Amino acid sequence: MTDDPGTHMAVLQDGPEIAAGQVLLRAERLKKYFPIKHGVLLQREVARVHAVDDVSFELRAGETLGLVGESGCGKSTLARCISRIYEVTSGTLTFEGKDITNYSRRKLRPVRRDLQMVFQDPYASLNPRKRIGAIIADPMRIHHVGDRAQIRDRVLELLEVVGLSAEHVNRYPHEFSGGQRQRIGVARALALRPKLVIADEPVSALDVSIRAQVINLLDDLQDDLGLTYIFIAHDLGVVRHVSDRIAVMYLGKIVEISPAEELYERPVHPYTEALLSAVPVPDPDLSAARQQIVLEGDVPSPISPPSGCRFHPRCRYATDICKTEEPQLTLRGSVGHLAACHHPLSVGARPPESAAAAVTGQ
Amino acid sequence: MTEPLLDIRNLSVTFRTEDGLVRAVDGVSATLQQGETLGIVGESGSGKSVTMMTVMRLITDPNATFEGEVYYKGVDLLALPQDQIRSIRGAGISMIFQDPMTSLNPVYKVGWQIAEQIREHEKISKQGARARAIELLTSVGIPNAAERVDNYPHEFSGGMRQRVMIAMAISCNPDVLIADEPTTALDVTIQAQILKLIRKLKSDYGTAVVLITHDMGVVADMADRIAVMYAGRIVEQGTQRELFYDPQHPYTWGLLGSIARLDRPRPRRLAAIPGQPPSLMRLPAGCAFAERCAYRFDACETQQPQLLDRLGTGHLDACLLSEQRKHAIRTRTVEPELVEETP
Repeated sequence: MTDDPGTHMAVLQDGPEIAAGQVLLRAERLKKYFPIKHGVLLQREVARVHAVDDVSFELRAGETLGLVGESGCGKSTLARCISRIYEVTSGTLTFEGKDITNYSRRKLRPVRRDLQMVFQDPYASLNPRKRIGAIIADPMRIHHVGDRAQIRDRVLELLEVVGLSAEHVNRYPHEFSGGQRQRIGVARALALRPKLVIADEPVSALDVSIRAQVINLLDDLQDDLGLTYIFIAHDLGVVRHVSDRIAVMYLGKIVEISPAEELYERPVHPYTEALLSAVPVPDPDLSAARQQIVLEGDVPSPISPPSGCRFHPRCRYATDICKTEEPQLTLRGSVGHLAACHHPLSVGARPPESAAAAVTGQ
Repeated sequence: MTEPLLDIRNLSVTFRTEDGLVRAVDGVSATLQQGETLGIVGESGSGKSVTMMTVMRLITDPNATFEGEVYYKGVDLLALPQDQIRSIRGAGISMIFQDPMTSLNPVYKVGWQIAEQIREHEKISKQGARARAIELLTSVGIPNAAERVDNYPHEFSGGMRQRVMIAMAISCNPDVLIADEPTTALDVTIQAQILKLIRKLKSDYGTAVVLITHDMGVVADMADRIAVMYAGRIVEQGTQRELFYDPQHPYTWGLLGSIARLDRPRPRRLAAIPGQPPSLMRLPAGCAFAERCAYRFDACETQQPQLLDRLGTGHLDACLLSEQRKHAIRTRTVEPELVEETP
């Protein structure tokens, strides 16, 4: 790796070191358990929260992997494991061919440049006492990239890239609206010219019209900078719009992973099917015509997840085998479409688009 | 036409702040018929919650001034003294909020909180009220209601808490249920459960519902009539079908266009509305949406468009564009992917 500050100040449109399409990140059997401790002096571990439980996937340079699932399914924990904010309990994490699972803080520093996060709440993720310029410059100062003048130029450049203007540099976060703050968060994440950006619910706190602006911005940045994204959201419409591939998580496990369009057209896992059917459709006729699957009950506790398939207590197709035997992710349908289910839904079911067309007569 | 259950006439709410007057609600008129669901859609700060909080007389800020009338069964709620409002609140009109954790009292058992409301409005024994609370919790789909009645709010999940809120809201058989973003804080699967529950209450008790939301999908699922609010004013109002299949206001087009929809092919880009809503302190002289509107013309800058029945069908909109022009633009804006992507 070159550590010459000058190279980091190069123009934005600079090809990534790993060519598009090659594996950038690989997670193998990743687990993250949080201990629950009781007792005053001797903190005895009484139970564990199985937040992420045996998750494996690959991420290729230049692609966007969407992560969906209900709250508490472990998608944010997974993101934080990948960015090494959390220490993983077991499993390996390979980034650009290097096993970074047990890297020390010092060894991790150069990796962190390449791996940045955008957070959900633009009100909580920006320090209210710092000016915008300082917030965006921080990553560069921490990593000793460039001198003062170079950093200043880069901040101005970044502001422009995310659709703000140079005059904003001396303002404070409270002077901005939610959408603008999220742009600042994006600018900060881009400051070190990362390869992978993990966006954890980046638009959930924003109004619909602003949401579309930020999504379009992230889209443009990916095209211009060749970024790789992990995009976490609970809004399935948003995830479909941005993702090339989508992983559906339930209680700490990936239950289905598939190319984006295929997931929506031919969901294999009953949980994916239910999740898709729960999304309200902004079309009254379609909304009235379709058969909605309403899942009963809540997500079970990740402290003692159900035996066998974790989804079986809420699944309408569940049989005895689901209670005892845990299904493994296996190939269903086309290339790269995996699901973990004993009763996979028939491939070739009517895709939603043709159903839509049939109703509206188009 | 029968007399509406709730009749909001030319309601305006102004807050006096250090920086000047904020006109949060500006001349809003709307009606709600028996058993009907009215959806109010808009972005944060558009005045949808303030309007309904005013109807409930929940805004007690001394810096707020109200104009207009809100008739409920022929009585102007804005003119009633607080003690009489209390008898209507809960029993006539009740409200549920976005965040069920902050609207339940964390130090009381949920059964007690529901019973308290019943005892406030009816002469009933403690045991009787408790039995009713269990009945209500069962009817909103809480399993083991007889045991759960003695739980505290933190022992419930988000969806279950919202069910408790709904049980409390319907405890005195109100005619009107105001639901302010009831599912925004919930997961889609739980949202589907809660919406199903609200629909069931409507059909079982004939309750009229005012549903405040920013999600066009939710109103497509639930509402009979829809009002779209922007910067404190209603910019378009009509039946559900009119709003979705014949929207007249460019803001409504923008709202519909900026959703990433699952029922349509994926567009290359979302049709985002540029810019952001204007500050309520410095509203422009003309149309408040003009600066974000791609179809504005000279008159929009100077003339404030009124909410009028421009089509003669009861479908109201506040846009100065001619009907033909709107029709021509709309096919391009609301269904851009259908137009652009056809080979």
